Amino acid sequence: MKDILQELEERRENARLGGGQRRIDAHHGKGKLTARERIELLLDEGSFEEFDMFVAHRCNDFGMDAERPAGDGVVTGWGTINGRIVYVFSQDFTVFGGSLSETHSQKICKIMDMALQNGAPVIGLNDSGGARIQEGVMSLAGYADVFQRNVIASGVVPQISVIMGPCAGGAVYSPAMTDFIFMVKDTSYMFVTGPDVVKTVTNEVVTAEELGGASTHTKKSSVADKAFENDVEAMAEVRRLVDFLPLNNREKPPVRPFFDDPARIDDSLDTLVPENPNTPYDMKELIIKLADEGDFYEIQEEFAKNIITGFIRLEGSTVGVVANQPVVLAGCLDIDSSRKAGRFVRFCDAFEIPILTLVDVPGFLPGTSQEYNGVIKHGAKLLFAYSEATVPKVTVITRKAYGGAYVVMASKHLRGDFNYAWPTAEIAVMGAKGATEILYRSELDDPEKIAARAAEYEERFANPFVAAEKGFVDEVIMPHSTRRRVCRAFASLRNKKLQNPWKKHDNIPL
Amino acid sequence: MFKKILIANRGEIACRVIKTARKMGIQTVAIYSDADKNALHVKMADEAVHIGPPQANQSYIVIDKVMDAIRQTKAEAVHPGYGFLSENKLFAEALAKEGVAFIGPPAGAIESMGDKITSKKIAQEAGVSIVPGNMGLIKDADEAVKISGEIGYPVMIKASAGGGGKGMRIAWNDDEAREGFQSSKNEAANSFGDDRIFIEKFVTQPRHIEIQVLADAHGNCIYLGERECSIQRRNQKVIEEAPSPFLDEATRKAMGEQSCALAKAVGYTSAGTVEFIVDGDRNFYFLEMNTRLQVEHPVTELITGVDLVEQMIRVANGEKLSMTQDDVKLNGWAMESRLYAEDPYRNFLPSIGRLTRYRPPAEIVDDTHVVRNDTGVFEGGEISMYYDPMIAKLCTWGPDRAQAIDHMRNALDAFELEGIGHNLPFLSAVMDHPKFTSGNITTAFIEEEYPDGFQGVTLPDADLKRLAAAAAAMYRVAEIRRTRVSGRMDNHERKVGDNWVVLIDGHEMPVTIAADHDGATVHFDDSSTHRVVSGWTPGDSLALLQIDKTPMIVKVGKVSGGFRLRFRGADLAIKVYSPRQAELARLMPEKVAPDTSKMLLCPMPGLIVSLAVDVGDEVQEGQALCTIEAMKMENILRAERKTVVSKINAAAGDNLAVDDVIMEFE
Repeated sequence: MKDILQELEERRENARLGGGQRRIDAHHGKGKLTARERIELLLDEGSFEEFDMFVAHRCNDFGMDAERPAGDGVVTGWGTINGRIVYVFSQDFTVFGGSLSETHSQKICKIMDMALQNGAPVIGLNDSGGARIQEGVMSLAGYADVFQRNVIASGVVPQISVIMGPCAGGAVYSPAMTDFIFMVKDTSYMFVTGPDVVKTVTNEVVTAEELGGASTHTKKSSVADKAFENDVEAMAEVRRLVDFLPLNNREKPPVRPFFDDPARIDDSLDTLVPENPNTPYDMKELIIKLADEGDFYEIQEEFAKNIITGFIRLEGSTVGVVANQPVVLAGCLDIDSSRKAGRFVRFCDAFEIPILTLVDVPGFLPGTSQEYNGVIKHGAKLLFAYSEATVPKVTVITRKAYGGAYVVMASKHLRGDFNYAWPTAEIAVMGAKGATEILYRSELDDPEKIAARAAEYEERFANPFVAAEKGFVDEVIMPHSTRRRVCRAFASLRNKKLQNPWKKHDNIPL
Repeated sequence: MFKKILIANRGEIACRVIKTARKMGIQTVAIYSDADKNALHVKMADEAVHIGPPQANQSYIVIDKVMDAIRQTKAEAVHPGYGFLSENKLFAEALAKEGVAFIGPPAGAIESMGDKITSKKIAQEAGVSIVPGNMGLIKDADEAVKISGEIGYPVMIKASAGGGGKGMRIAWNDDEAREGFQSSKNEAANSFGDDRIFIEKFVTQPRHIEIQVLADAHGNCIYLGERECSIQRRNQKVIEEAPSPFLDEATRKAMGEQSCALAKAVGYTSAGTVEFIVDGDRNFYFLEMNTRLQVEHPVTELITGVDLVEQMIRVANGEKLSMTQDDVKLNGWAMESRLYAEDPYRNFLPSIGRLTRYRPPAEIVDDTHVVRNDTGVFEGGEISMYYDPMIAKLCTWGPDRAQAIDHMRNALDAFELEGIGHNLPFLSAVMDHPKFTSGNITTAFIEEEYPDGFQGVTLPDADLKRLAAAAAAMYRVAEIRRTRVSGRMDNHERKVGDNWVVLIDGHEMPVTIAADHDGATVHFDDSSTHRVVSGWTPGDSLALLQIDKTPMIVKVGKVSGGFRLRFRGADLAIKVYSPRQAELARLMPEKVAPDTSKMLLCPMPGLIVSLAVDVGDEVQEGQALCTIEAMKMENILRAERKTVVSKINAAAGDNLAVDDVIMEFE
């Protein structure tokens, strides 16, 4: 009997070594942790329960039968993050470069199926050279099986991908279909075709880092939502994100004890909006001052900075925030910001996370590059997302809410539950200057007259009261009491029930 | 008594005057420029009059506008504060003409003390000690030696046209005087084309010490001790204290009596300050007289119990001083730290902007402890580019110097200030500087002790350990809260461990936390322990801790996997890792800060409104480089590091696209 127990222990030891100590050392040398070390940091200490530790590949071609390491290049299982269950797979680069085989993919599919059945998030730690070429089409089939599950799970359980090494070719499409993609600076990259192919086909010379590093994907392509300094920080921050997310689409977002008075008054907000309507101010200050304990988990911080998206807690409970950022491009909507915010709103709606929208928007960015690239359809994504969302929606207009952008930004007309405005709000079709230039075109050569007309327009519309008279603004509130008002609004919406008519799915302008 | 006074000033001093006026039952009128519409002094005053655009020369110092405000509000007297019109003879005269009382000295005194040469002459005649020297020009080396001998060594041989240290020599004996005269003369001739030379006493180990005087219109004058203002940066006072750690009773008395003699000689009334330079042998020499309330007057108030503003108002109202010199008793020790909106890490570059957080420490008055904060700002207020960058004057008092310093350290630690660059860490650093705490300071202190600017503070190991203990205890509290999230698996909750590793300032400190209901005892691997007690809860930006029963006030910020802790001028990003995390973190490569690009790229499509620099300019980190207008908003682009502008590719009026190169750096 003892020998049998001993054998299990030995087999486990062997499996835990993955590709062997030499490869582990080399892996460490690149500044990367091993698949198992990453899981240790991701999950509560001692909470990991592994599946399929002894699974080995079945390939006999190209001499593959000579080496059949236990686990086949991916570690899978479940565990807890602050006591809440999550499923994990972590690719092991020390085993065949983390390449995806038939069995490797089956292991991933197994935990995805369980996650879906049991209503728990899936976290994938990607570190793989790609398909296991020796397996040919079996490997491609493996990818397809994972893709299919990503899609079925989408909107049912949160799916988080962390790119912690290479992720190239078809492999990128699994993370691409998850809810969040995080990258590790300097050690991860993602692309559909690598620098060599790029050079062959287009003659462009580009490094892997330039083509698909963390900086590229967080700043330029917006493929990644956030980048972290190293593996240790990445795992800690994924834990932090999971603390905000519900386990599945049937559960309410998590609540945790908080140490911040929901009725906290902040007098400094009374001076947040500058006197000069053309002077920018930092909307993040408002977000941080509204949030419990000033804690804000920003998503896509580096991309389309004219809109801010991320999670805060109010009274301990998760709220998604979308806010125009006047500091960048005056906070206007454009293709990038509409896409960014649209996707975020849809995530929140899918997972019952209430949405707080902070509005200071002068309109859509004009220009040929916007029109040629389809701002109509991209802008419509945000409009669509807000319109279909059935979660509690609270909106605060701090300053400008002009034109179509006013409607888009979670206005009352789009089933907004609470639409508040600060006294500094200006809800109008456009700014006074633009409006008078259209309304009084014949007086354009008389600057004095035009100035008087502009003043008249401003007097009439540069305030929240016209909209408030119509009921498009539910209440004009004091900036200093925004936290209290917003907390109470969401508190009153805890039992909100609103359902869209049955449909197979909608047809958002993709 | 006056029924209503107008304060012809802004900021903290206007607020300060309003406080006393209110206490005396006098109505107050504030004046304000466009930039100060929402300022604190306007809110505090009973009435406020708008007097023009932000620029002081179009508002606060325009006598006519102030006079209009006086007429409009029927104020009976005017307190000028400091700066602006406080030492303006024309203003005092204009008030006299209208029959409005000036809460300050007579115009004549302002005038005679306002001129350097006249004031020195009057001082000398009044028997005040002045820097020995020869106003005349020196003919040759023999005369230089003769005069140097008369003045007494060491002497300073100076070129009349000199500046920047050129044409200047210090001589300690006849030979050096002879030699120095010749080389100064040559250097001056070469540098300035003007070889005129004069000689004066060279003051060694100079300190700036000033005497507060108070005089009424009935011929009474008293002195209220001295203030030591030697901690200066480029002639800007930074820290003041009263009394001076250097003066003895005899010197104080001599300086005080001479100051009163001078005040009487010029028919002075109201509060005034006679500034002296004092050498290492306690010889003191008259510098100038400031005919106004000084910025640093609170330290005098704290050790004498006299409200100087009240006295000024009473004197202006024609009252006799209610106290005599014998009544003046110096009690305890007071410190003042001037909080400036200047970033010490960026070579004290002025910083402007919104005070996103402004929480001064609580004001305290008890038998052994006073904290007083004179300020004109508030959270959410603006530090504008138009005026003095002073944010507040933080004062503490204790029975002795050591306690006053200790109170100041804690008060600085508790002062929360965000949104702009400020000198809090620098002030804290000075409070812990051994030369400062020993009282062994001169006006060269900052220059000598921080020759390369302020690089931040390295805390002693004992403090690092105390901070590590605090961080570990706080982190554990935060982690336990995280485990209380809803939706967790019953019976399989995460158990937060007792063993942690704190990474602080390059040290790795493994600790074990034994927590109980009152706090936590943190054990270190050298078997030492620290007991941490605090009411800190996650999210608090200020931790009021008791470490081994000693108070410790720490600012707490957010950092992934730990805290940003600020204490005693140090600014540390601390990680608190589980032992396994720490082990794995050791495998992570040390990242070198990326080479900040040598170009300034246009971050958005927009129009260049203006360029703030020229080719060849040295720019500091954070300095404005150019302004871009996009979507009708002006955005200021700033230097990411200290560098030199090597090329400018754009001009005002240019329309730029994203990533266009605006300028290049060396």
